[in-house]
This record gives sequence, C-alpha cells and structure tokens, in this order.
Amino acid sequence: MNLILHVWRQKNAKDPGRMVRYEARNISAHMSFLEMLDVVNEELIARGEEPIAFDHDCREGICGMCGFMINGVAHGPERGTTVCQLHMRHFKDGDELYIEPWRSRAFPVIKDLVVDRSAFDRIIAAGGYISVRTGSAPDANAIPVPKENAELAMDAAACIACGACVAQCPNGSAALFTGAKIAHLGLLPQGQPERDRRAVAMVVQMTKEGFGHCTNIGECEAVCPKEIKLDVIARMHRDYLHAAWTGRQKPGFREDQPAEEPMAGNRR
Amino acid sequence: MELNSKVPDVPIEQAWDRRKFEMKLVNPANKRKYNIIVVGSGLAGASAAATLGELGYNVQCFCYQDSPRRAHSIAAQGGINAAKNYQNDGDSVFRLFYDTVKGGDFRAREYNVYRLAQLSLNIIDQCVAQGVPFAREYGGLLENRSFGGAQVSRTFYARGQTGQQLLLGAYQALQRQVAAGQVKMYARHEMLDLVVIDGRARGIVTRDLITGRIESYAADLVILATGGYGNVYYLSTNAKGCNATAIWRAYKRGALFANPCFTQIHPTCIPVTGEYQSKLTLMSESLRNDGRIWVPKRKGDTRPPDEIPEDERDYFLERKYPAFGNLVPRDVASRNAKAVCDEGRGVGPGGYGVYLDFRDAIKRLGREVIEERYGNLFDMYERITGEDPYRVPMRIYPASHYTMGGLWVDYNLMSTIPGLFVAGEANFSDHGANRLGASALMQGLADGYFILPYTVGDYLASNKLEKVDTTHPAFRSAEAEVACNIKRLLDVRGSRSVDSFHRELGKLVWDYCGMSRTAEGLKYALKKIPELREQYWREVRVPGESEEFNQSLEKAGRVADFFELAELMCLDALHRNESCGGHFREEYQTPDGEALRNDDEYCYVAAWEYRGEDNAPALHKEPLTFKYVQPAQRSYK
Amino acid sequence: MSTAAVEPRLKRTWGLYEVYIGKKLVMAGTGVVLVLYIIGHLLGNLQIYAGPEQMNQYAAFLHSQPGLLWTARIVLLAAVGAHIWSSFLLWRDKRRARPIGYVKKDDIPASYASRTMMWSGPIIAAFVVFHVLHLTTGDVGLGFQPPTAGPTGEAFYAYENVVNGFRYPAVSAAYIFAIALLTMHLYHGMWSMFQSVGISHPRYTPLLKSLAHVFSIAIAAGYISIPVYVMIRFGVK
Repeated sequence: MNLILHVWRQKNAKDPGRMVRYEARNISAHMSFLEMLDVVNEELIARGEEPIAFDHDCREGICGMCGFMINGVAHGPERGTTVCQLHMRHFKDGDELYIEPWRSRAFPVIKDLVVDRSAFDRIIAAGGYISVRTGSAPDANAIPVPKENAELAMDAAACIACGACVAQCPNGSAALFTGAKIAHLGLLPQGQPERDRRAVAMVVQMTKEGFGHCTNIGECEAVCPKEIKLDVIARMHRDYLHAAWTGRQKPGFREDQPAEEPMAGNRR
Repeated sequence: MELNSKVPDVPIEQAWDRRKFEMKLVNPANKRKYNIIVVGSGLAGASAAATLGELGYNVQCFCYQDSPRRAHSIAAQGGINAAKNYQNDGDSVFRLFYDTVKGGDFRAREYNVYRLAQLSLNIIDQCVAQGVPFAREYGGLLENRSFGGAQVSRTFYARGQTGQQLLLGAYQALQRQVAAGQVKMYARHEMLDLVVIDGRARGIVTRDLITGRIESYAADLVILATGGYGNVYYLSTNAKGCNATAIWRAYKRGALFANPCFTQIHPTCIPVTGEYQSKLTLMSESLRNDGRIWVPKRKGDTRPPDEIPEDERDYFLERKYPAFGNLVPRDVASRNAKAVCDEGRGVGPGGYGVYLDFRDAIKRLGREVIEERYGNLFDMYERITGEDPYRVPMRIYPASHYTMGGLWVDYNLMSTIPGLFVAGEANFSDHGANRLGASALMQGLADGYFILPYTVGDYLASNKLEKVDTTHPAFRSAEAEVACNIKRLLDVRGSRSVDSFHRELGKLVWDYCGMSRTAEGLKYALKKIPELREQYWREVRVPGESEEFNQSLEKAGRVADFFELAELMCLDALHRNESCGGHFREEYQTPDGEALRNDDEYCYVAAWEYRGEDNAPALHKEPLTFKYVQPAQRSYK
Repeated sequence: MSTAAVEPRLKRTWGLYEVYIGKKLVMAGTGVVLVLYIIGHLLGNLQIYAGPEQMNQYAAFLHSQPGLLWTARIVLLAAVGAHIWSSFLLWRDKRRARPIGYVKKDDIPASYASRTMMWSGPIIAAFVVFHVLHLTTGDVGLGFQPPTAGPTGEAFYAYENVVNGFRYPAVSAAYIFAIALLTMHLYHGMWSMFQSVGISHPRYTPLLKSLAHVFSIAIAAGYISIPVYVMIRFGVK
C-alpha cells in the first residue's frame, strides 16, 4: 500500500519545527508502524536527507520508549497497542496520516518525534517505591497477599511510562501514570507504611513538573497501551486526601522539596 | 596470562560465606569518599547502583535509553527461578545448582553457579518486599510454575511481565537513591570507551546522545552491566538499541572476552515475515508448558492446521524426548525445530516455522485458565500476526535471544582489568554453554543486589587508589580516540545505510555461526566478515552531524563494533571442536543428532585477549573442574 | 520525628488547595451544594402545575423567612464563586500544561459532556445572571410584576411572571439551551466528583455513572417541561 505522511520535523529543542509531507510507498500489511517508518527513513538516507528521529527500543510493546500521535490519537487507532506493535494491516492504501510528538509542557521536544520524559522519573523518585534495604527483607511468603489484590496491583503495575496518557489528555495530566504507581504500591501490604507519604510526594511532584489536572474525561484510559483503568486515579485522589486529612503529611508544596530530602534510611 | 578464578578453597556450600568473611570492609564513614560508575541500568546495573548507593557510595549510573526503566531486562516474560521449594516438590539449592550446571552443558564454573542458586532465595524475598506483584494463590502465598527444562516448579512470575516487574522494583530502588542524592543518573548517555590508568579501570568516556558532547567521568572503579551482544545477528529478540560497544571497548582495553560463541537461540519466537523485519518477538517459553509443538508428517503439506488430522501430525519433541517432551532445554528444542524445517516440513510463509498448538490444553483446562496463564502473550501474538491463537495454532521459530559469552570475570565478578567489574548478561559467568529458562533474571539480580556490593567493597578496601580526575591525560587521549572514530564514520559519506550493512552482517553470522555451525562455514564467515567490514568503512552513509541527536550515528558506532565481535565469535566457534549447549558443530554429534561434548580437550573457558588490530587475539584457558556434578552426556529422553 | 508532626490546620488546608486535587475537592463540594439547589429549585418550579395560588404562596413563604432566604443566597453565591474560581485556576493550569497544541487531535474516546465542562459552565453562569434579572429582580421587564402589599403581607406574582416570560419564544429557547448545557454539565460532573474525591468501585462506579446520567436527564426533563407547558397552554407572544 502507499500512504501519505505528515510528520513533525524539528531539528532540536530551539528549532520551531514544522510538518513535512512524505510518501511511504510499497508498504506491506505485515509491517509494524515503526518498520514502515524505517522504510521511509532508508529512502531519506538514500536521498541524502536526515531520517525522522523517533524513540524506540524493544519493539515488543513493553519498554515504553516509543510513542507518538497518529491522526491525533496516541499510539494510533488500535486499542491497547503501542506504535511498535501497531501493524500496517490496520491502515489502507491512500491513507493520510498526521504524525506528531507528544505535546506537554513537561515533555519538551528533543528532536522530531523524540521528547524528554524525565519528569516521569522524577515523579517516581519523589516516592514511587517501597523503602527496603537490600538484604533486609523477610521471607517472601511471610506476608500473604490476597490474590485479588495482587491481581489489581499487577494491573496498575503494568504501566510502561510511555506518556500516551499525558499526550492524549486534553488537560495534559499525568494522573493516570502517577495514579498507577500509587495504586500498585498502595494495594499491597508492603506498601502501607509509606502510603500517605508516597501519595503526597508524588502528587506534589507531578504538579511541580507542570502537568495539568484530571477532569475524569477518560481519554488516557482509552489510549493506554496497557489498558490501565481510570480507577487508579480515584485511588490516588483518595490516598492524597487521606494523607491530607490525617495531617501527617504536608499536602502542598514545601520549601524543602521531598525529592531532595535525604531519607532516614540512608543515614548511617 | 594466568586466569585466576579466585574461587575459595573450601567446600562449595561454604564458599560464599567464607568469601564474605574474608573480604575487607570499607569503613562506613569512608564510603561516601568513593566514586563508582555503573554502566547500564537493567536488572544487574540498577540493582547494583541502588544497593551501592544505599550503602553510602557515590554512584554515577549511565544508560543509553531515555530512562533507566527501559533497559531490556524489562522484556523478559516468563519468570525467575528460586530454590524456595514452596511447592514441596523436591527442589533445593543443590538441585537448582545441579540443573543449571547440567543445563549449561558443563561449561560453567561450579562455584559461581552454586552461589547463584543460594542467592536465588534472597532475591525473591527482596523483590516481594519491594512490591513486585508476583502471581499468588488464593491463600495469598506465592504461586510457581515449571519452566523450560525443569522438573520442579520453582519459577516465580508476574503474568508474562516478570522482567518488567523485577526491573521496575530495581528501578524504583534506584530512583529512591537518586532522590537521596546517592546516585546520579545519566540517561541518554552511551559509553564509548573505558579509561584504564596504571592498569586499573578508572573511568569512562561517553557521548551525550542529545547534544552529542563527548564527556569523561572518573571513578574508583567501573561496573559494566550492559547486557549481551545478541544484536550481532541483526534479527534477535533484543531491543533495537542493545549493543556490545561497552564490553567491546573494555575488551580492546585489555579485558578478556570469554566464550563468545556461546549464544542462545530461543525456540519460541514469532517467525520472520519479510525483508523489512526489524526484530523478532519472543513468546515466553512458558507457553511450552501447555502448548504442543508439531509439524505435518508430510513434506510441503500446505493444508491449514485444523485440516491436518491427528495421525498426520508429528509432535517431534514428544516423540524424540518422551520424558521431557515439549519442555526440553532451549537449544534442543531450537535445533529440532530447525531440523524439521530443513527437511521441508516447516509451516507458514517461507517454511521456517513450527506449530505451537493449544487446542488440547484449551480442551483440558478450559479457555479461562489458558487466558489467565498466557492471555497477554496470546494478545501480543494476535497483534503481531493478526491470527487468533485460541483458534489457530501459533507459529514459532527459533531466534537469537541471549548470549552466555561475555567478559571473563573471576568469582568476585572482576574482569582481568583490576577495578573493572562486569555483571549480568555482559559477563560470561553462570550459564556455561546454555542458559536455562528463568535464570537470566536471577543472575542479573544476584550480581547486582548480593554479590557486587560485597566484592566492590573488598576491592576498594584492599587497594590503595590514587586520586584521579578527568584532567588526567588518559581521559584526554580516550576522548580524542572516540571523537576520531565518530569523525571517521561521518566522513565516509558513502551510499548505504547502517541498517543495510547490519542486516547483511546479521544474516552472515546467523547462517554460519547461529543455531548450528561447521568448520567450513565458519571459515567462510571469517573470510566474508572482514570483507564486509572493509566495505562498511568505505560505503556507509551516516547522515547528520556528531554534535546533535543523531540516531544513525549511534547505530553506526555499534555496528562497527559488531563487525569485530562477529569475527571473534566465529574464531571461537571454529576453535571449539566440540558441540556443547548453544554451540552446535555439525561435525560433532551423536548418532541421534545430540550435541557431542569433548570433555578431554575442551572442558575450559576460552578467554580471548585483544592484541591490536593487526594481530590475531590470543586464547587463554581457564580449566573447568567438576567436583560436585559429574559431567555426563545430557539426556532428556 | 518532626515530619510526623501535625501541621496547623489553616496552613494544611491552603497546601491542599495548591495541588489540583484540593481544587477538585472544592469543585466537588460546591457542586454538591449547587446540585441540591437545582433539585430544590426544580421542586419549587414544578408547583406551576398546581396553579397560580400554590406557586405564589410558595414564593411568599420563601420571602417571609428573610434569614433563611439570605443564608441560602449567600451560601449559593459563595458556592458559585468558589466553583468558578477553582475552575478558572484549573483551566489556567490546563492551558499551561500544553503550550503547543496538536495540528490534528482526535477525541473519540471522550464523552462530549466531559470535554465541554469548561465552556458549558460559563454559559450557564451567564444564563443564571439573566435568569435572576428576569425573574427575581425584574430588571429585564417582559411584563414582570413586582410584589405588592396584600392583606396577609406581600403578594407575589411568581406564577404570572413565569408564564409571561416563557411566552416569549426567545426566552424559552435560551432557557432550554441553558438547561441542555446544565444537563451535560451534570451528566459528567455528578459522577466525576466522586472520582475526584477518590470514590471509585468496580461495581458501583458504573452504576453511579448511569445514575448520574439518568438523574441529569430527569432534571432536564423537569425544567424543560415548564416553558414547553407555558407555550402550549398560553400560546407564544
């Protein structure tokens, strides 16, 4: 099949960028979307032009590195699928596709379709973990976990941090990403001691990074390649409000940012 | 060169305890004065960086991806072994040790493997405490399954995403240390050289992949946890970015490279569909627990699978290996699949595929059970192929998956360059000539969480290290070399893309140094690879510049190193006149087609030393002795 | 440990409001007040079907309790103010969160109502102003009859005012349009507020969502029936 692509080209962070039209010819239905772009890039290189830069790594839908907008939908038209797993059989000859990078203040464009998602790392660093010193863990079967909770935790933990939720959200909110981690750890008995602290620290960090707010629209849920449910956002709100209510955690911004506060566990 | 494995001279059960006791400790107040570089942020790298940071060292951790959470450990599906014996089915540390040594076809160091089996217990505890949502039974306790080649259920798993969940556990521990200021994370930085000063590893040179800047980092020691080199085949189950550059540069700086020809071909991958194919997708081996592998009995049978009656199907693994059936080790399963396809009985487009059929399992257990066990794998298969495996049998074919070879390390995981430690898939240590399923995750985490934190401390406490910073001339010259190499690539300005060369190299290595090898083929490859490499340096086209985000340039450097590595692989494969594990030389097989080892002549680790561009590498041998498991012909009948 | 110390309540509350969840809490809380008012107001309005006496007496009753009336008005005004102010702040955050928009953006998965909260709100607010000027203060005219002194206190002409007003098709149309927007606003807002304060349940949330939808449509039906009834019964002007 042959396709017409309109691709966002931007040389670097300072370049204003623009849409450029390309033609993708002789595309096989068995190709993945990224393999289709590989073919386009091979042609560009042969013509002496710079290939389209896009992030990708595992190409099996788990590393979370790839992702861009295809006709205004994060990861394209197939539900529960990253662009690397999106195959060309879902398109037809003559389709015109608009390919754009994730748009968010917190995800500045590095080049073409490549964006900087380090804000996600900082949200995790703020509290998306269970503090357990290596070697100090009790026996793995010491604390039973109800199967249902383990399953729900796994549902939330499946997040691959690709950023599609932010990109699709009309408000540019990272609530699904942050909520997924808060839900994953908050559903497990091991996550209880730090539950309040985690919710507040992560929500505050998310806000500081410049993500928007959640208005429960559900576009994030619809494009999430791991089909994480909106429910995790409610869990995040609940944990945050609980922490604020009990007053053991300062709910708002602090002068001493939680991300930089050395933890007691590290002082010897 | 004398290869001293530094294995403690005590019975195997006491060895690690003894070593821990012998090792010198760093005064807690002094730990913050030491700088440690960790390259790679997969299971081994992230767990090492997190634990060392937690101990109080200053850690700098590097990865080429945009976040440490993306390392390719994340793609491991099936599970992680641990000798917990929670199933009361006769498992023990010794049995895991025994299985691993036997599975590795007696080419691994016994003491290392025993320690790995011991530490497997701690790993599960650690991961559960971190919040890894392993599968559980209704009673709330952990569930296990049996996994390729094991007759006990010792594999812990988190759906088909075990690697992801373990990596996220390590990543979260790492981010916690980043927040605490103990680890400084450098994402989108690729290591391009190792800096050795006075014979010790003292730093690295990197390229910032966003700005293209060449940078130097100095430290008291360097840990490489940069994964394997399976992408030498171009088509593999590795991530597109996986590369051998870090270990290759270490090799060129004097670290010995061990057993490069030991590569693993995974039996259950989705077959190739066309020229454009950029990677192969692995379907977890756990599928073999319930799926039955077969091909038509007749050659060139093109009927759809559901029209082929039962008596015209050849369940070749069940037929040849009645005891293990579909659960034979990976190398055996892979070779047999290749054999039936070479006979012309393969299925699917191109004829290189065999069926993996769940019809009987669905009949026996019901669709729900199969869905719960493999749902996400089935979805993935359907997404890629457009076929529904609940109705149509899957088609699978072997693909390059894991490399047992890697930098040679001693019992302390230190390479032949003092101060250069190597962990995870990047080292050669624990899997011998073949790795058992669900053991890679175990090894990565054992190295990172439980071995390096001790042995690194011992190295620091036992050696008086001069202060070194990046103004040292060794850094300047390494930077200059890196910059020169980049300029050379950009200046070729030929006509062919990097990928086209990589594809060609990959096919060559796959054909002659892949699932089965012959002396003749290897000699041919050893003639062709240098030719192709020369062509590469004459005709490659790398668009763009070095001082910018340039993915073609990244690839070009990696492929240049793969060319050299491919040659070493073939050399190693040619010298090893025996078949063992993943290394199958057609000349050396039993009458019924099994790998025929030659323990008298080849029971050693082949460690290769770089001796300059114009000289052949030198072979050093570390003899392997087996005191606890008697080498025997592997039999899975 | 100092971090475990309880913060002064005022400071804590402000900290809570700094993060969007605090603002959403205000949105939800004031939303509840406004929904309650909408229900009460509807019940009052539906008395039109009981005839002029009933309705005018009800109006007189309300006005005979100035304390109650003004408390309600002040609470309502405060709720509206807080609702609008919080939504303004949230809207500003949203604008900042995506400085560069998409060339092409598809919203398939989202309900129309959920995406239009930000403009259905202000239009409803504008209509409410008109509505108050029309039927409470009478500044719009349209045959408005102010209360007169009667034998048992002031006499109110709520019934007549409603009838006179709604006989103008333009007034009715504006009213119906505003109610339609209000319905959409409630359609999303009434389940969304539960989600915002963290109430979500695999079984009950879908139920709650359906209830919110049924309820918002019921409210709309009740309100819209009035101008329709007036125009049919009394004819248009």
